[in-house]
Amino acid sequence: MDHLGRIGFSEEQADLLEVAENFCRERSPMEKVRTLLEDDAGYDTAVWEEIAKLGWLGIAIPEEFGGAGLSLAEAVPVIEAMGRYLLAGPFIPTTLAAQLLCDGGSDAQKAAWLQKIAGGAIATLALSEPDGRWDDTEIAATAVKNADGYRLSGVKTFVGDAAQAEIILVSVKLDDAPALMLVEKSALPETALRRETIIDETRRSYELTLDGVTAPASALMDQDRAAMALERLRLAATLLGTAEMVGGNRAVIDYTIDYLTTRKQFGKTIGSYQALKHPTVDAYTMFEQARSHLYAAAHCFNEQGTGEIATRMAKAQAEKSLSYAADRAIQFHGGFGFTYECDAHLYRRRAIWHASQFGDAAWQKEKLAALLF
Amino acid sequence: MSGAEEKALSEFSADADKWFAENTPGDPGFMLPLSFLEVSTDQQFEFLCNWQRKVWEAGYLGAAWPSEYGGGGLPQEFQDAATKAMRRHGGPVFLNAIGLGWAGPLLLEMGTQEQKSQYLKNILSAEDIWCQGFSEPDNGSDLGNAQLKAERDGDSYVLNGSKIWTTLGNYAKHMILLARTGSDAPSKYAGLSFFLSPMTVDGVETRPIRKVTGEFGFTQTFFTDARIPADCLMGEEGQGWLIAMRTLEYERGARGGQAGGYVLTPFDAFSILDLAKNSTRGGKPVLDDPVIRDRLVDFIIEGQSLGLCDQRGRIAPLNQDRPAGLSLSNKLMWTEFVRRLCEFAITLTGEKGGYYVGEENAVEDGLWTRAYLNSFGATIGGGTSEIQRNIVAEHVLGLPKK
Repeated sequence: MDHLGRIGFSEEQADLLEVAENFCRERSPMEKVRTLLEDDAGYDTAVWEEIAKLGWLGIAIPEEFGGAGLSLAEAVPVIEAMGRYLLAGPFIPTTLAAQLLCDGGSDAQKAAWLQKIAGGAIATLALSEPDGRWDDTEIAATAVKNADGYRLSGVKTFVGDAAQAEIILVSVKLDDAPALMLVEKSALPETALRRETIIDETRRSYELTLDGVTAPASALMDQDRAAMALERLRLAATLLGTAEMVGGNRAVIDYTIDYLTTRKQFGKTIGSYQALKHPTVDAYTMFEQARSHLYAAAHCFNEQGTGEIATRMAKAQAEKSLSYAADRAIQFHGGFGFTYECDAHLYRRRAIWHASQFGDAAWQKEKLAALLF
Repeated sequence: MSGAEEKALSEFSADADKWFAENTPGDPGFMLPLSFLEVSTDQQFEFLCNWQRKVWEAGYLGAAWPSEYGGGGLPQEFQDAATKAMRRHGGPVFLNAIGLGWAGPLLLEMGTQEQKSQYLKNILSAEDIWCQGFSEPDNGSDLGNAQLKAERDGDSYVLNGSKIWTTLGNYAKHMILLARTGSDAPSKYAGLSFFLSPMTVDGVETRPIRKVTGEFGFTQTFFTDARIPADCLMGEEGQGWLIAMRTLEYERGARGGQAGGYVLTPFDAFSILDLAKNSTRGGKPVLDDPVIRDRLVDFIIEGQSLGLCDQRGRIAPLNQDRPAGLSLSNKLMWTEFVRRLCEFAITLTGEKGGYYVGEENAVEDGLWTRAYLNSFGATIGGGTSEIQRNIVAEHVLGLPKK
């Protein structure tokens, strides 16, 4: 069933996986994760600068714009490692925004921003709207041309790390067709951003009100490519979200096993009870399956047809797997599992978050049914 | 692999594809078993023996076993290509599963020169059918507690006791047998020994057991003062548990070296996609039902997972946390998948799911109800799924036994 995806693993992926695992383990110990939950920005700027220096922000940016000229397949092991250690920061939104610029930006925009992004400038996306659609067939926000450029209106939701971003790529309708606008954060009035309260407290998300925002003529991205670029972007977001879930899935299983092998009740280590042992094995085999799907999706991502199938399968499996493992992790920690102090909920919340973004498992499967049947 | 080897492999693969296209038998006019576990009639037995021999003679079975023992002496990739071709053309199963898959690789790994020369070629040619004597009526999952006695008497061992679930027991010439040689050993495991035991001696009797599908295929096997030559012992007395555990690794697919082909009809999720496309349920096309669509995609995703896990198992940097994890979970994941898949397939057939094998209105001759009932053979045999979960929990995840 090769047309559904195959696994390949490049040397670059292997090297990045090893380096990223070590980096994230050292830079994102659990105490740090906990501290950052309370932080306004939600991440450590010093670590972000290190990430930029390591070149990870430019992994999938072409060499002519200062990147490494690789692909998203090589970003996957890095994000998997970040997910494993819950390393916080705007890596996913920035990587996705760079991809959207590559696919749908004007030459001037690419020249102006891609190199900066590779060097650490934060970028993000404003695609979602209050109606909660997971595709771009309808966009309510609008751009209207005027003498100086464009007048924007509408509301965008789930704009990741917007407060820290230098640019926000906003989807709108322009002349009744989808379009993308590159909006510089400095052009936004102070009241445009409102921090949203979201389930995954390791991330930051904002509502963006576009009413009254204007953008210069140069803000318009290549409108002929907007629809295609958005479609690719949503699939890319699905892949990267999956990578983060799979990383978290590894971690939450290890976290559960730690407890099962140390906690004693009735004079026995609780991990010896089959009522806990067997569901843990089920969580583990589901995780292994999810990880296999992830690396197949990464490997085949750019193949017409196969890339979409493999990516949607990976997301559906990873969401199911992480949700189950984290749900059981809370339960198996007993009374402690019910407390904020137990880490299990961090992973459970993360699975809920990713389910909510870019289409949950049921939605992915509906798409797959149309592709497969 | 060198360029020349790759070329040889692709030629071999093309030849195999052509051979299976030409030689895979059509409907023989009687029902064939879905797996080696339910060979019920002499007609089925002879048909499957002939098929296996024919494939072996063509060079597509045992291709990677050493040529001095009847194999092809080629790298494993060649046999894998032949197996793929066999699957592509839907060839019947090989019936000598225990010889090809478990006893054979075990002999190759730890048998003596004489044992290899004596047994391996006839395993490939289906001349000697092998069976397995591990489980006993009172000791199934608790295999280490096996009680069948083997007492040394001069140049012989004398066997007394009984084994159960002996697949092909009534056809087999040899049995891999786990028996108790020492009653005063320091532990129950240390008292066990492993034999390559003939089935054709006096004092061995088999009684067929009817299985859940209504078919036959295995026996209870009784040993009453059965005398076998002492050189049937494999390894030394007391090594039985060790050798049995290694055998189970072959059986569960946790270790390679099998002769090739398949012994269970391979079901993947796409095998039910056609069924789904052509089925109605409650009078409506099943693929109009969003719940069915969702579940069917789940099965396709899971089926794909298993193939991908096989591929990933060969990529070391993606298995660093738990290197044995995928191979030790293999049996659990596959057999449970097939069981649930077959169960789901029945629901696709709606009202006709109520028919069974032999009814002319049944969908695909009642294949799916039979396959579902039959699938328990794999989730129970070779160590139940519950035992498999214990193994994965203890040996992969490091959870405590007690």
